[in-house]
Amino acid sequence: MATTGNTQGSAVERVRTTSSKPHNPHRMRRVVMGAVVLIVSAAMLLPLVWMILTSFKPEVDIVTYPPQLFPRHLTFQHYLDVWNRIPFARLYLNTIIFAGGVTIISLVLDSMTAYALARLQFPGRDVVFIAVLIMLMLPFQVTLIPLYDLLVSFGWTDSLHGLIIPRATNAFGIFFLRQFFLSLPKDLEEAARVDGAGEFRIYRQIVMPLAVPALLTLGLFHFMYNWNDLLWPLIVNQDQAHATLPSGLALFMGQHVVEYGLLMAASVMALVPVVLFFLLIQRRFIEGVATSGMKQ
Amino acid sequence: MTTEAKSLPTPIPARPRRRGGRVRRQQKRAAWLFMLPSIAVLGVFVVYPMSQALYLSFTRYDVLNPAVWLGLKNYTDLPGDPAFTNALANTLYYAAVTTPLSVGLALALAVMLNQRIPWRALGRTAVFLPVVLGLAIVAIAWSFLLDPDIGLLSYWLGNIGLTSNQGWLRDPNLAMPAVMLVGIWKNVGFYMVIYLAGLQSIPKDLYEAARIDGAKGWQAFRHLTWPLLANQTMLVTILCATATLQAFDQIYVMTRGGPYFKTETLVMLIYRQGFSEFRFGYAAAISWVLVLLILILSLGQLVYFRRRAVTY
Repeated sequence: MATTGNTQGSAVERVRTTSSKPHNPHRMRRVVMGAVVLIVSAAMLLPLVWMILTSFKPEVDIVTYPPQLFPRHLTFQHYLDVWNRIPFARLYLNTIIFAGGVTIISLVLDSMTAYALARLQFPGRDVVFIAVLIMLMLPFQVTLIPLYDLLVSFGWTDSLHGLIIPRATNAFGIFFLRQFFLSLPKDLEEAARVDGAGEFRIYRQIVMPLAVPALLTLGLFHFMYNWNDLLWPLIVNQDQAHATLPSGLALFMGQHVVEYGLLMAASVMALVPVVLFFLLIQRRFIEGVATSGMKQ
Repeated sequence: MTTEAKSLPTPIPARPRRRGGRVRRQQKRAAWLFMLPSIAVLGVFVVYPMSQALYLSFTRYDVLNPAVWLGLKNYTDLPGDPAFTNALANTLYYAAVTTPLSVGLALALAVMLNQRIPWRALGRTAVFLPVVLGLAIVAIAWSFLLDPDIGLLSYWLGNIGLTSNQGWLRDPNLAMPAVMLVGIWKNVGFYMVIYLAGLQSIPKDLYEAARIDGAKGWQAFRHLTWPLLANQTMLVTILCATATLQAFDQIYVMTRGGPYFKTETLVMLIYRQGFSEFRFGYAAAISWVLVLLILILSLGQLVYFRRRAVTY
C-alpha cells in the first residue's frame, strides 16, 4: 500500500495508494466519495442483480434458508421451462406488437400534427395547441372507465388492435415534437415552398430527416412506456391470450403457486429488450429527460 | 381569431405572411389534413371518454345495463364511504412521504454525481437504470426480496433488527413503507437527471466568486446551488407529486391493495370499484377526485415556487 504509485494498477488501487499519504485530505475525500458511489450503485442494482442470479438458481437453492445472493449451482432449466409453463412466447409477441405498433404509428401521427402546429399558419392553431396542453395535464385514469366501455361497445376488448388504436397518437408526443420543430431553421422549407413543393413533401423530405434525433428519443419514450405499462393492458385484455408481459406475469403470479425461478427467468427476459435499447442510446435518452426538464 | 391568437403567449413569432391568399388557403387545408388522424384518435379516445367520464360520474352504471341518473349521489356518498376515505388518506400519505424523499434524494445524488469522483459513470447509470425497467415486472422481484421465507432483503433487514414475522408485505404497518421504497427506487433516477442538467447549467464562475467571498461546501450549496435550482425543484416536485398520486403498478403486483386495504390508493380503488365490483359510475366519480387533487397540487406548487424562482 505504501509503495509509490503504480500506474499499471486499477483505478481503485491508484486511489488507495495516493490516499495513504496523510497530507492530502482532498484525496481522502475522493476515496470516501468513491466508496459512497459504489454502495449507492450496489443498492440500486440489487433487485436487478438478485433477479438475474436467482433466474439461474435451482428451486432448492432459491428456497434455502438463510437466503443466499449467489447461486451454488447454475441451471438454465427455468429459461427452458418458461416457454411451456406459461404462454410466454404469446406474451412476448403481444408485447412486441403492442409497444412496437404504438411507437411507429404514434411517431407518424404525432409528427404530422406537430408539423402543422409548428410550421403552418392557419386559423385555430392556438386553440388546437391549447387543447393539446390540457390533454397533457389530465391524468389518463379519468378516461379509463369510459374508454373500457367504448371498447366493449366496439367489440375491441381482448384484442391487440383494441390495445393499440386508442394510443395511436398522444398529447405528449405532439407537444414534444412541436417544440423540436420550432427550433429547426426555416430557410430550407421556405425555399422548397417557393419551388412549389407541397406541404407533405416538405414534411417528409425536409423536416422528418432533420428530426431523426428527436424521433428516436420520443420513440424510445413511447416504446418503454407501452412495453412497461400495466394498467391499460390489464383492463383491455383480461384473457391470457392477449395479455402483455407485465399484465400476463402479474396475473400468473396471482393465480399460481409461486414458482420463483420461473418467474425470475421470465422477468429477466421481459426486461432485456428495454435495458438493451437503453444501454445503446443511453446518452440520447438521458439528454431527452434532461432537456424536458430545461423547458421548466 | 387573429387578435385572439396574438394575445396568447406563443413562441412562434407572429410574422404575417404577405404571399397572397392562395398560399394561405393551401396551408390551412394542409394543416387540417395533417392533423386529421390525430384529431380523430384524440377525439374518439380522449375527448369523448372525458365527457363520458363526467356523465357517468352522475349515474349508476355496470356496462351491462343502461346508466341510471343519480345526480350528485356518487359524490355525496364519497365522504361517508370508508373505502374512499381510506384510499384518499393512503394516497395522500404515499404522496406526502415519497415526494419529499424522492426530491431530496434526487438532489443529493445529483450533487454527488456532478462532482469529479471515482465511479461517477457507474453511479449515474445505476441510479437511472430502474427508470427504464417495467415497475410491474421488477415489483415481482421486490416482492420475493421482501418475502418472509425466501427473501434476501427481509433476511438482511432482520439481521439489523428490522424484522417482521408476517413478512413486510403482509404486515399492516410495513406494507406501505415497502411499496413506498419501491416507488422511490424506481423513479429517483429520473428526477436526478433533471437536477443534473440544472447543475450543469449553473456558470462555474459563480462558484469561483463565492469561494473568494469565503463560501464553500454547505454555504455555497445553501446560498448558490439551491436557489439557482429553484426551477428544477419546482418541476421535479410537480412531476413527482402528480406521479405519486397515481401510484398503482407496484401496489397491484406486491400487495393488491392489502393487507386490510392498507395500501389501497385511489387508482387501486378506481380499478377495484370498476373492474371487480362493476360500479363504473362510482369509479368515475372517484377518478374526478383524482383529477381535482392533481390540478390543485400542480397549481399550488406553481404559485408557491413562482415566488421563489431565481434567475441569473
